[in-house]
Amino acid sequence: MSVSAKSKPAALLGLVALAVLLAGSVVGLFVVPADAAQGDVQRLMYVHVPAAWLAFLSFFVVFLMSVLYLIQRDLRWDRVAASSAEIGVVFTVLTLALGSMWGKPTWGVWWTWDPRLTTTAIMLAIYVGYLAIRSFADDPEKRARWAAIVGIIGFANVPIVYLSVIWWRTLHQPPSSPRSVAPEILWTLMLNLAAFTLVYIYLMMRRIRLARLEGKLEERVAYHG
Amino acid sequence: MDVLRRAWAIVWKDLLIEARTKQSFNAMVFFAALVLFIFSFALGPDTELLRRVSGGLLWVGIAFTGILSLSRTYQSEETSGGIEGLRMYPGDVRAIFLGKLLGNVVLLLSVEAVLFPAAAILFQIEMWPHALELAGIALLGTVGFSIVGTFYAALTVNLRAREVMLPLLLFPALVPVLLGAVNATTLVVVGDVMQDTGIWLRLLSAFDVIFFVICIWIFPIALEE
Repeated sequence: MSVSAKSKPAALLGLVALAVLLAGSVVGLFVVPADAAQGDVQRLMYVHVPAAWLAFLSFFVVFLMSVLYLIQRDLRWDRVAASSAEIGVVFTVLTLALGSMWGKPTWGVWWTWDPRLTTTAIMLAIYVGYLAIRSFADDPEKRARWAAIVGIIGFANVPIVYLSVIWWRTLHQPPSSPRSVAPEILWTLMLNLAAFTLVYIYLMMRRIRLARLEGKLEERVAYHG
Repeated sequence: MDVLRRAWAIVWKDLLIEARTKQSFNAMVFFAALVLFIFSFALGPDTELLRRVSGGLLWVGIAFTGILSLSRTYQSEETSGGIEGLRMYPGDVRAIFLGKLLGNVVLLLSVEAVLFPAAAILFQIEMWPHALELAGIALLGTVGFSIVGTFYAALTVNLRAREVMLPLLLFPALVPVLLGAVNATTLVVVGDVMQDTGIWLRLLSAFDVIFFVICIWIFPIALEE
């Protein structure tokens, strides 16, 4: 079967990703000592920061693929962009949820109008819009074109939103700034960043393949009625 | 120059239709005034509080009212394939964007010319001494709102469920405009002790320039059939 042969590298990568993810979790949960000031809550950082990194990486890939699609008009790029957007939205939600869990014991509230938090929430809204416009278009070419435009404008907007929220907040209170971190914390973080990036590549391989099959099905349905 | 002449022809046509029928203007003014009223009811009769949040109320009113007119931007072209006609005229299709943008700005500004004095009376704000500053803020904010709005209206014009899609795409993109316009307006109304208004005016100007360049650049792609 050609299908199982094709998915072999993906399955292998999935296993590697799982192994690194497990290692990262074990190190993050049990090996590295807890933060002196925050205690065990700080360990959330080992998944929160990688999740945020993946969200940004995904949306950057959406932006790149959107530009590429508009230049070459090859639906392959659109499939990569759509897959990346979906994964990005999932990890943005995860970032917000994890940040919220960290914020409750640390700041005493589930939600605050911190620039990074607020920008992440708006970013989520932008890419939910991206997925929504995709779901409303029937013609693959139109869908790809519309989505690519939203993918470009949305990405260009994120830094401007961030800047405006910083100004909005700093006129009232200073923004929270990252402190210097101990080397073992940094290494654990790096391990988890690598694990999450592997997970992203694995999910992308699977999702792109699914998108390709969906495209074929759509073609067949359009052809045979 | 040819582009400007074409754009002007579109502005003239749309404004003439509007001047003769007044179908958008009357409804928009009435709707905007209603929004101000509803917010006043929701927040109670505390005049001091209403004055402090008047900037926010005004711009929420403008945003809601603007969405109404934006979704009708290309309405006069929708029947009997008018948009195809426009597109098939020789010359750059960007003239369509310029013309529609200018038409939206003029329409929305004329609604604001009624809305601001109405807010001054409702919320007991001394607006006349600040008329020039407020007019500048209104212009910058309205231009930013209309640039992205006119663009996304073109993108969603052929979409099913565009009444949902336009605000879904537009409002997250407009966060910097809303923050800039609301904060600048509030500072003018309640007094700007720290001289912060300039920051917001710069944010609005930067947003206007950046998105004008992006939107006019990719508008031909958005209008493709």
